[in-house]
Amino acid sequence: MTAYIIRRLIFLVFVLFGVSILIFGLLSTFSPERRAAAYVTTPQQAENIPLIIKEYGLDKPIYVQYGKWVQQVAKGNLGWSLVAARPVAQAFWNYFPTTLELNLFASPIVVILGIWLGTMAGVHRDSVFDHGTRIAAIVGWSLPTFLFALILLMVFYGYFNLFPPGILSSELSLWVANDPTEFIRYTGMYTIDGMLNGRFDITLNALSHLVLPVITQVIVVVALLMRVMRSGMIEEMSKDYIITAQAKGADFKTIYTKHAKPNALIPVITVAGQLVALSMEGSIAVEVVFNRQGMGWWLAESATQLDMPVLMCVCMFAGLVFVISNLIIDIMYAYIDPRIRLH
Amino acid sequence: MKSSTAVDAVQAHEHPRLRELKFTLGRIFRNPSAVIGVVLLTFFVGVAIAAPYLAPPKYAHAPYQMPHKGFSPTPKAPSERFIMGTTSGQYDIFYGVVWGTRTAFKIGLFVVGIAGLVGVTLGVVAGYYGGWFDEILMRFVDIVWSIPLLVLAMTIVVAFGRGLENIMIALALIEWRWYVRVIRSEVLKLRNQEFVQAAKLMGVSDRKIILRHILPNSIYPVLIMGSMDMGSMVISASFLSFVGLGAPKGYADWGQMVALARNYIVGPSHDPLQFWYTIFFPGICIVLFVLAWNLLGDALRDAFDPKLRRR
Repeated sequence: MTAYIIRRLIFLVFVLFGVSILIFGLLSTFSPERRAAAYVTTPQQAENIPLIIKEYGLDKPIYVQYGKWVQQVAKGNLGWSLVAARPVAQAFWNYFPTTLELNLFASPIVVILGIWLGTMAGVHRDSVFDHGTRIAAIVGWSLPTFLFALILLMVFYGYFNLFPPGILSSELSLWVANDPTEFIRYTGMYTIDGMLNGRFDITLNALSHLVLPVITQVIVVVALLMRVMRSGMIEEMSKDYIITAQAKGADFKTIYTKHAKPNALIPVITVAGQLVALSMEGSIAVEVVFNRQGMGWWLAESATQLDMPVLMCVCMFAGLVFVISNLIIDIMYAYIDPRIRLH
Repeated sequence: MKSSTAVDAVQAHEHPRLRELKFTLGRIFRNPSAVIGVVLLTFFVGVAIAAPYLAPPKYAHAPYQMPHKGFSPTPKAPSERFIMGTTSGQYDIFYGVVWGTRTAFKIGLFVVGIAGLVGVTLGVVAGYYGGWFDEILMRFVDIVWSIPLLVLAMTIVVAFGRGLENIMIALALIEWRWYVRVIRSEVLKLRNQEFVQAAKLMGVSDRKIILRHILPNSIYPVLIMGSMDMGSMVISASFLSFVGLGAPKGYADWGQMVALARNYIVGPSHDPLQFWYTIFFPGICIVLFVLAWNLLGDALRDAFDPKLRRR
């Protein structure tokens, strides 16, 4: 097991190296002036672009540039973000908690709801419930995230005047920005910071801004989980050990919760990596439409402003999250299913 | 069943491939979702073909440019002249929706066509021959795989410059990774089966084995995926358009029309849904277009799945 984890960690380094080469290669289509932005750390430096081009050899061959870029990244210098008007590394810690918060609220709901719906649909195959969820899943897949988010906003914010977009109401966010000593941003997540600072009104306000984004995120991701759980359940329910259990007279609920469900969960774990990727993509659309300043919003905004250093940072970060979560998933897989041996 | 044995007896004289095809088609159209999907698709194909008649272009040299009457940002409700109203910038929504159908087909066919062709070719070769080519290709796929589609697509579009063509190229450059993985695993299953071994022993060339024996037996998952992808690629492209990385303003593209409607989803306080038509028409087009392909893909899955097929 340890040997397997070590090998996977080496693989992780390899993938990150590959991703960085890929992104760096894409960037080489830019003019040296553009690429110089990837090395700027202060506004003053931004005025000395020719100097930076010289310093980092941006007019030199690409492998020289790559070497210098890796040196800078190793020092923690990821460049300057136009959108955030501060260094990328600093801006990252500003935006990341917002996205993390969204997914911390959405993921448990996705897992619980998806597994429950999938189990029910699988157990009661071809029932009204099964067909209903099947249609809902296909329609859900066909509904683009950004469109669904806009419709939610139109109905709940526009018509019922509930759940406004953004992260926090403007008065509260002004108060927080003006008084950095009174409201300490421990985690960067308003729902948790509000509680830690004893300001439950801020927590409640942040929660009301989270309702629609979380609903959107759940709908986007839950369809896949539900369908995989359903087919897993159907497969398990037709196996011999279920017939044995039925024959000895175990009640139906015990059969599917105690016997079939744990086994049906195994194929779900294999698509967990896809779920992570879906969540990352969902976060982009959700944050853009609901105007939540998180990683996804930052990425989209940077893309429209041709902010290369940010795109690079986000690509590397997404790669890191994806590979690490896949490693965790594989280990879980071996832990849950004793038939699997990791080599 | 009595009638089916009679039919079988008649069919026994037909070429077995033809019989199998008929069976597959029968299987597909027994599924109501396939029927709905095909009807919707026929409708969209009809609209795309008849676009010049449904909405005669104002500028013959640039038919995809939506005509606009004035520059006022406030949308106008459906009227005699503009049956679906006008969106922000006074672009005719009906015109945009009709020509946007062509844009959607262009996006889907281009991306799925290129990605499918590249992915299937590389996947079959890698799976069949194995060796160093397989190793290098699959490690490369691992790298591309680790970045989410939209993140990588945005980066490529920014590197190549914004525009609808570049969105299409970016999506095709990423999406092939799916096809490689899917077809390679199919080929690996077939490679060591007896009928392939037998063909090899008889001295059939590798090219012929791949084209005649491997490909026809492994292509179904790719067809299912291609159908689903036609929809999901249109979603991805319309999102990139929505963000502002797409075609210049006024191009008939559903994603951009949703973006134009974005500031008007919430109307004045006395009538919050006043501008419903700005988002409803382009939105419903995207949803129905994608739904059609997904329904078709779902029906194909049921029809091709060997476990469900003969039930």
